[in-house]
Amino acid sequence: MLVRARDTDWEGVRLHVVTGKGGTGKTTVAAALALALAASGGRVLLMEVEGRQGIAQLFDCAPLPYGERKVAVAPGTSMAPGGDVYALAADPESALIEYLEMFYNLRHAGRTLSRLGIVDFTTTIAPGLRDVLLTGKAAEATRRRAKGRRIYDAVVMDAPPTGRISRFLNVATEVSGLAKVGPIRGHADTVQSVIRSPETAVHFVTVLEEMPVQETLDGIAELRGLDRGGLQLGAVMVNMVRPTALTDDQLAAAARGDLDRHELAMGLKAAGLENGGGGNVADGLAAELAEHARQVLSQRERRGLLTATGQPCYDLPLITDGVDLAGLYRLAAALREQGAA
Amino acid sequence: MSEAARAPQRLDADRLLDDPRTRIIVCCGSGGVGKTTTAAALGLRAAERGRHVVVLTVDPARRLAQSMDLSSLDNTPRPVPLPEEATAAGGTLHAMMLDMKRTFDEIVEGHADPDRAGQILANPFYQSLSSSFAGTQEYMAMEKLGQLRRTEQWDLIVVDTPPSRSALDFLDAPQRLSRFLDGRLIKLLTAPTRVGGRAYLRVVNAGFGMITGIVTKVLGAQVLRDVQTFVSAFDTMFGGFRERAEDTYRLLQTPGTAFLVIATPEPDALREASYFVERLSEDRMPLAGLILNRVHRSPAARLSAARSLAAAEALLPGAGTAENAHSGETDGNGSGAGHGGGNGSGNGAPGEAARYPLAVAALRLHAERMQLIAAERRLAQRFTAAHPGVPVARVIAQPDDVHDLAGLRVIGESLSHD
Repeated sequence: MLVRARDTDWEGVRLHVVTGKGGTGKTTVAAALALALAASGGRVLLMEVEGRQGIAQLFDCAPLPYGERKVAVAPGTSMAPGGDVYALAADPESALIEYLEMFYNLRHAGRTLSRLGIVDFTTTIAPGLRDVLLTGKAAEATRRRAKGRRIYDAVVMDAPPTGRISRFLNVATEVSGLAKVGPIRGHADTVQSVIRSPETAVHFVTVLEEMPVQETLDGIAELRGLDRGGLQLGAVMVNMVRPTALTDDQLAAAARGDLDRHELAMGLKAAGLENGGGGNVADGLAAELAEHARQVLSQRERRGLLTATGQPCYDLPLITDGVDLAGLYRLAAALREQGAA
Repeated sequence: MSEAARAPQRLDADRLLDDPRTRIIVCCGSGGVGKTTTAAALGLRAAERGRHVVVLTVDPARRLAQSMDLSSLDNTPRPVPLPEEATAAGGTLHAMMLDMKRTFDEIVEGHADPDRAGQILANPFYQSLSSSFAGTQEYMAMEKLGQLRRTEQWDLIVVDTPPSRSALDFLDAPQRLSRFLDGRLIKLLTAPTRVGGRAYLRVVNAGFGMITGIVTKVLGAQVLRDVQTFVSAFDTMFGGFRERAEDTYRLLQTPGTAFLVIATPEPDALREASYFVERLSEDRMPLAGLILNRVHRSPAARLSAARSLAAAEALLPGAGTAENAHSGETDGNGSGAGHGGGNGSGNGAPGEAARYPLAVAALRLHAERMQLIAAERRLAQRFTAAHPGVPVARVIAQPDDVHDLAGLRVIGESLSHD
């Protein structure tokens, strides 16, 4: 029996949907969250839906098939050994065949349809169907049980980017335009009831740059505005955060362009760089400081906008030398320290 | 291998923009690399150099639209008001944002009689296809490009490609859409309503009933009926669609077109750029070069990361004299020194402040910047080693996002002067 030794912000959430603008590190953060959730034992499924094989690249393994396989062991804690992270690269074609098999016992027919272009059919003409198959797979994994117990303690979905997330999650409405009655409609409604339950939360990954922050704010507003409500907003995960070595006073002065040039010059001299750097080193460094300070200050402003949404914000440090398993462990630890898992 | 051997050919953006034979510039690359901004900056620069330019963008950030003073971007080219000095060379700038559904509707209306057009526009499948199919945006961008080109109203069209999951979607989507509309499944589903369906019926005789059976079972009979109605109404337009897709594809292959691949000096973006360069050459598309966007520079580039870190270390408590900075002890682990922080070697009391905190911060910041520059340079060299024939232009990273024409102009200048 798994005993949770600590409170987290997402008690009761089983399906974590992770979205974010391209380039913000959505897949990396989703993987780190999966490791963080698995750290107190148990089993977590990390699932991708866009056919990019991002998880395989991240964990440095061969491309994932349509099947759940173990990709990592979470770091243990003093309380318990680490749990397991499984991964799945879901694609609509396989999900459709599986759906036909599970609900209609139509495995062979499914393959025939696939050869004849049913995949084109679902993914091309009716994107609502494609999404319902993928979200349906996540819902199924979240609720799957064996001997009365859930197979997965949590499912983390590396979801489509912020611009498409509300449409992606709003499956029942999307499908209802196409199918007003019928089994697929029923399926969509079931999936919707999982997505809109307290078991699901939608997290946003962002970096503190202008466009990603704006998209995050837009995305949050959009999800809040979805009719019928019930979609639980999760955290804002601020990725690639770099600490600053400057004090607030220094930042303000540097941004204004009047930091203490004398102190800087004296310092460089004391460090033996009086003329050694060539050119005017002090001027160059002062310019870099000023640029840095302006950046830090506008990042703080943007952070203020994110905090004002009222959602919990977590900071994830910038990993400079390429994200590998050790880097993912660091990110997972940061998430746990801040109460994400 | 010497540095010189690896130096890429320089992409001369001004020559490309000034050449009257350049009629279309396509900006492509993965998401988040600054495609739209680059397209707008190129358009502005070309206009200021005397060309009549239209920038076709797909999904501009609000502030970029504002930067061109465009509050309503609505599927029609709108003039961008330029300051007087910008029009000295006699050029003009228009910009438009693609509305894919409206573009699709217009094609339908232009190619079917009013009754049939009405039928198609009202069909639920058409509505889904025209507003949310991932390939429709790409297809319609190409369609719009073809339309703009045929008007002969502009002598240069700058296109920004849709933010696809993969950069390659842009070349594939038009064919995917026409292949789908002409696909086997569609023919099967609609076989009873089409004369040509008979051949298929014979081939998959037994299969046919099964398939419509399954579709009915899974999707419901109404969905099947909608598809059949849609396809039979759309039937007359199939040929036209394929032809148009092929026309635009060929237009892209002509020498009047220049593809520019945009990337930031980051591993993922450059990997995508590599794929794209290879794909363009496979498809015999005219590649003009790579624009390396948001490249970092330093105003104190002669101070290396290692020396900068060593100097910062020398200022820490207990580090002794400056000479220590150059001793063997610190030389070997220059890159680690930055993380060593306050508890470095020596006997300084913990918590004791550095003597020159501002200089320490400045030196560490500078070291980080130099390491970033070195990493970016390695990535760029790797790209050029793999694609030695691809000319490269660099755009220096700007501290702030672009909010106005002046910001776009700075990017255009950086691009041209490298």
